[in-house]
Amino acid sequence: MSQILMGAYAQRNTDDHPPAYAPGYKTSVLRSPKNALISIAQTLTEVTAPHFSADLLGPKDNDLILNYAKDGLPVGERVIIHGYLRDQFGRPVKNALIEVWQANASGRYRHPNDQYVGAMDPNFGGCGRMLTDENGFFIFRTIKPGPYPWRNRINEWRPAHIHFSVMADGWAQRLISQFYFEGDTLIDSCPILKTVPSEQQRRALIALEDKSNFIEADSRCYRFDITLRGRRATYFENDLT
Amino acid sequence: MNGWKFEELHETPSQTGGPYVHIGLMPNQAGIEVFEHSFNNQMVKDGTQGERIRLEGQVFDGLGLPLRDVLVEIWQADANGVYPSQQDTQGKQPDPNFLGWGRAGADFDTGFWSFDTIKPGAVPGRKGSQQAPHIALVIFARGINLGLHTRVYFEDEAEANAKDPILNGIEWAPRRQTLIAKREERDGQIVYRFDIRIQGENETVFFDI
Repeated sequence: MSQILMGAYAQRNTDDHPPAYAPGYKTSVLRSPKNALISIAQTLTEVTAPHFSADLLGPKDNDLILNYAKDGLPVGERVIIHGYLRDQFGRPVKNALIEVWQANASGRYRHPNDQYVGAMDPNFGGCGRMLTDENGFFIFRTIKPGPYPWRNRINEWRPAHIHFSVMADGWAQRLISQFYFEGDTLIDSCPILKTVPSEQQRRALIALEDKSNFIEADSRCYRFDITLRGRRATYFENDLT
Repeated sequence: MNGWKFEELHETPSQTGGPYVHIGLMPNQAGIEVFEHSFNNQMVKDGTQGERIRLEGQVFDGLGLPLRDVLVEIWQADANGVYPSQQDTQGKQPDPNFLGWGRAGADFDTGFWSFDTIKPGAVPGRKGSQQAPHIALVIFARGINLGLHTRVYFEDEAEANAKDPILNGIEWAPRRQTLIAKREERDGQIVYRFDIRIQGENETVFFDI
């Protein structure tokens, strides 16, 4: 078997994800389909995805501390986030596009619709992006975001979190989610995190303090790994085309 | 950990993109100039082959109101039905001037989104079948916990649509119509209108791919 023929992606385990209709997260009530999703057998459409070349990215795209700094450094806790992107069978996912966005140290977003009284930081933008390397490794640097209030119930507060988006080898792997920081007590009361049905899966969204990778007199470090769906190999009939 | 039971890794669970999804994915729309090259809804370059089309529409909630904070992405083959992806196994050269993918944020006031792209060619289906020309589309937004996948087909491809294995796999035949974009000509430009209804009457078909 010199060349491995790839079949379909393993089916998404819906029990590992939030349901569309999750009344504790109020906005989902009118933005969730009433009908069940229709599952389809994958074709070339679902197993292909765009390729992004490294020269599209700028040198500071993964450095949220510097990529919007104008007249000084942004205010807040300096942290490095790193980890590995793998598929569910443990293979590294190479050259995938990871995009991140977040609030500043006050919990305030640089967005026209955010009116929270927490102060803006003129030296912090809040977005970054990177491609994973041949080992599936990614790394970026940022200011740890603050928690922020939002209107679900009136006194709702999001834990500190960073949003992330992954585009990898197949359209079926497309994923957007959020990760949190170890030890944040708001994690236990967040209705958005509670949409995830199992404790084990909720924990899969918590970045862990990586003490030996702290950089002295500079930055702390968190470790966060991401798992995508994986493709099975085909050793008998190939029905994909 | 149960040593007697095989366990593979679990896919990272999805969470909503939230109301500020533009900061990370459409920073220019949020007013943030950080990246030299930003991803957008302009998929046609000078050398791109194929018929230029505009795809546009709105996304409606269960009350019939447009989502003004929705993010839409599309993925499609080139004019010859080849995906610009290493995973395409047809052995044909894809159009070198076509990325096949685009991203659009709905207008903050009207909720309209659009893409300038080309009409895709037909792509092989499973087991030697042929799929009708189509564009894969996914939406992310506040209130949507897991990106909703659908497909856009074309009104003027009725014959191919009638034989399409995915459309025919939808048991409730009247629901197939929710996936057909309507063609119109506007000042010489071909426009396909594709509205998405997340919930309620004429609810768009969403797929678990």
